[in-house]
Amino acid sequence: MATIELSINGQQKEIDVDPNTPLLWVLRDHLDLVGTKYGCGIAQCGACTVHVDGVAMRSCSMPVQGLAGKKITTIEGLSDNGDHPVQQAWIAHDVPQCGYCQAGQIMSAAALLKKNANPSDQDIDTAMNGNICRCGTYTRIKAAIKTAAKNS
Amino acid sequence: MTVVKTSLNRRSFLKSSVAAGGGLMLGFSWLASCSSGPKETELVMPEEWFTINSYLKIGDNGVVTIYAPNPEFGQNVRTSMPMLVAEELDVDWKNVLVEQAPYHPTDYGMQFTGGSRGIMSRWEPLRMAGASARHMLKQAAAELWQVPMDEIETKAGMLTHKATAQEISYGAIASQAAEMPVPEEVELKDINDFQLIGHSKKNVDGKDIVTGQPMFGVDYKAEGMMIAMIAHPPGFGMTLDSFDGTDAMAMPGIRDIFAISTYQEGQDKGGFDTNAFPEVVAIVGSSTWEVMQAKKKLKVNWKPFATYKEMISGWRGKEEKTIPAGLESSEKHKVKMATLSAKPGRVARRDGDPERAFRDATKVIERSYSAPFLAHNCMEPMNSFAHVQGDKVKIATPLQIPSFLVPTLAASLGIPVENVEMDMTRMGGGFGRRAYGHYVIEAALISKQVNAPVKLMYTREDDMTNGIYRPAYHATYRAAFDQDNQLTAIHVKAGGIPESPLYANRFPAGAIDNYLAEDWSINSNITIGAFRAPRSNFIAGAEQSFLDEVAEELGKDPIAFRLELLKRAKDNPVGEKNDYDADRYAGVLELVRDKSEWNNKSEGLHRGVAAYFCHNSYAAHVLDLEIKDGQPVVQKVTCAIDCGVVVNPDAATNMAEGGIVDGIGNAFYGELTFEDGVPQKNNFHEYRMIRMSEAPKEIDVHFVQNGIDPTGLGEPPFPPIFGAVANAMYRATGKRQYNQPFLGNKEVLG
Repeated sequence: MATIELSINGQQKEIDVDPNTPLLWVLRDHLDLVGTKYGCGIAQCGACTVHVDGVAMRSCSMPVQGLAGKKITTIEGLSDNGDHPVQQAWIAHDVPQCGYCQAGQIMSAAALLKKNANPSDQDIDTAMNGNICRCGTYTRIKAAIKTAAKNS
Repeated sequence: MTVVKTSLNRRSFLKSSVAAGGGLMLGFSWLASCSSGPKETELVMPEEWFTINSYLKIGDNGVVTIYAPNPEFGQNVRTSMPMLVAEELDVDWKNVLVEQAPYHPTDYGMQFTGGSRGIMSRWEPLRMAGASARHMLKQAAAELWQVPMDEIETKAGMLTHKATAQEISYGAIASQAAEMPVPEEVELKDINDFQLIGHSKKNVDGKDIVTGQPMFGVDYKAEGMMIAMIAHPPGFGMTLDSFDGTDAMAMPGIRDIFAISTYQEGQDKGGFDTNAFPEVVAIVGSSTWEVMQAKKKLKVNWKPFATYKEMISGWRGKEEKTIPAGLESSEKHKVKMATLSAKPGRVARRDGDPERAFRDATKVIERSYSAPFLAHNCMEPMNSFAHVQGDKVKIATPLQIPSFLVPTLAASLGIPVENVEMDMTRMGGGFGRRAYGHYVIEAALISKQVNAPVKLMYTREDDMTNGIYRPAYHATYRAAFDQDNQLTAIHVKAGGIPESPLYANRFPAGAIDNYLAEDWSINSNITIGAFRAPRSNFIAGAEQSFLDEVAEELGKDPIAFRLELLKRAKDNPVGEKNDYDADRYAGVLELVRDKSEWNNKSEGLHRGVAAYFCHNSYAAHVLDLEIKDGQPVVQKVTCAIDCGVVVNPDAATNMAEGGIVDGIGNAFYGELTFEDGVPQKNNFHEYRMIRMSEAPKEIDVHFVQNGIDPTGLGEPPFPPIFGAVANAMYRATGKRQYNQPFLGNKEVLG
């Protein structure tokens, strides 16, 4: 066990865990931030995507010990009122079905738009290929990303 | 106008104060905190609520809470079912809050998600609940104003009496309305008077989903809750021998390790109590990561089991089921299936004289199709919260059919059925997998043992290797042609492990003079269960691929050929037990032909068509494929569906799009194989799921407008897409596809 300081959604958090604990489980079990989801545990499905210093990362495979001093953003901290352009576009296109993967999809999409304000279809495919949607909402996700790009 | 008898269970209490339930009904604590509304801005909560019936309560300020009775797994019933109530209540949708009803069949009837029966089964009862409430509001206003009730009109939460120029809001009269007797019968609106039904409304949970609010089973939390996991045998045909938890117990945060038996000796089991691994080892600790780590240190010896029998009380009554011993392998399955396929099967239907037609045929084509086991792979792995206290249990779990599980759960715990309290959480996907709730019983037994609230979590690996798969299937089709190259007979022989996919009375039965359908099956200890459109999800693709080949033999356009057969089935049907309506079937083919501009074929674009009837609905697809760098690229899918009235069109379109993507993914990549009983894939690095770059670039969904009462939608678009993929791949490559997955590990096409 070790005390680790994390910056999550603009707040400093101190937690006492095994330093090998992946960020995902610290968020879910210790900080009650359950918007970030467990899907595979091996960085293959994207359900656990968060931003680390603005970059989309899979929190299920990222031990917390390496995260001190880094800025972590989860779905709960993406915007103050759920009004990030990507979140708004998701609602405008009524993207979700079951909704389980969508926090991860949104975090991947928001990170994409941050570095590429006007992504092509190919750019979207590349950036989003690590996020599985078992319900099959891909065409809506793509349309919503384009809408968000327009409104950003 | 339809008049229906009401059947509402009157709540014993007629009002609940804000103070008592925080604006919410008592006992819904966790799920009530997940109440959702279609509101643009937060609704102002009323001072007092008045319960009109079990489905709705009206606040003194006119805000209405509607209880969504069925569990949600992404099919939009938390939006579309309350729409049915709100339609007949005549309330402004923006004043509606939706809450998940608890599991309580006496108040809410059959609460389930499956078989594409949700809207179909709720179509009348939910409108009745809304109409009954509106009736009570009108009756209260009539008494207040001393005017005849039938002169009162309702609109958007207001009651009006034109002659005396009086009006009152639902909120203002809700307290009196709650005291009115429940009417014996009510009138339902004519379809032409619908204000809400047929108009797209946003998912009421949209905002909560995109902001990551807790709503799924895995998100559930209770004071003092422990985390549990199980270790199950690595392969089918195996069971627990012994375990040594010494090293695992020494790991940080671990509270207990013990074996559980999901069922008691001689316990009655139902048709949905499928469970390959009733003897497992449970490991309980304080956090998920700690339990995961300790589980790796757990030493378990597994052993092969001997053949055993169990009694199952299913749809067909009580029957004995044999679970065969053995460690099965996919290679051996293939041999067994080919062997059985070559022998006579059980005749399920015979029209005319098919044997003679084949004997007299000038030409016969015979094609065999196969598909492997599939894992459901819901994004949210199986999980359940349970808290056993004495002879009571509190459950919160993502589960499709609670009513099938509760009797078994109660028996496993040795408690009365009425002592099971259940919150139906949102499900992170279901697809049939969550109709089988053994994980809930496991959670409850673990809670009982450690005497604490527990959340049982399956890892992805646990989830993918625990069974309840789509069966492996095989079908052989034959067609006979006479000297004039006319089709004279069709013969299908279909089987699987452990069940046949055959629907003997579906198309093309009814359209062929000489028709023979046979089935066979092979028992197995690999557990299977419902998977989106069970059986149809294979046989549709096989049948539609074969019909494509028959059309080609006849030199006919594939759509024109199908329409010709359907015309025959309508004008002069063969046999009497044809399951489908040939007119509606032809309707979707005509619609997809027109919307896809089927006759306008562009260069480089390869099109496949397929159609199917299942779950009381009709779906047809045209799939446009291109080959780029040796990879198939689905440019567009045009889809036509006849499922009667569509309640929430955009959400229905979303679900059809999902079915199409799901089908393309499974047709291309879906496969789970076995060696010595062991599933050969256990996570997404091996089990290939369709991803963004492989999804269709465009999906264009059209619904037939016919005013018929709603039928199924979640499943019908899924089965035929397999055929559309196969037929488009043939056009693109010149090679027919017979064995799923069509791509698998193949690198290059064309």
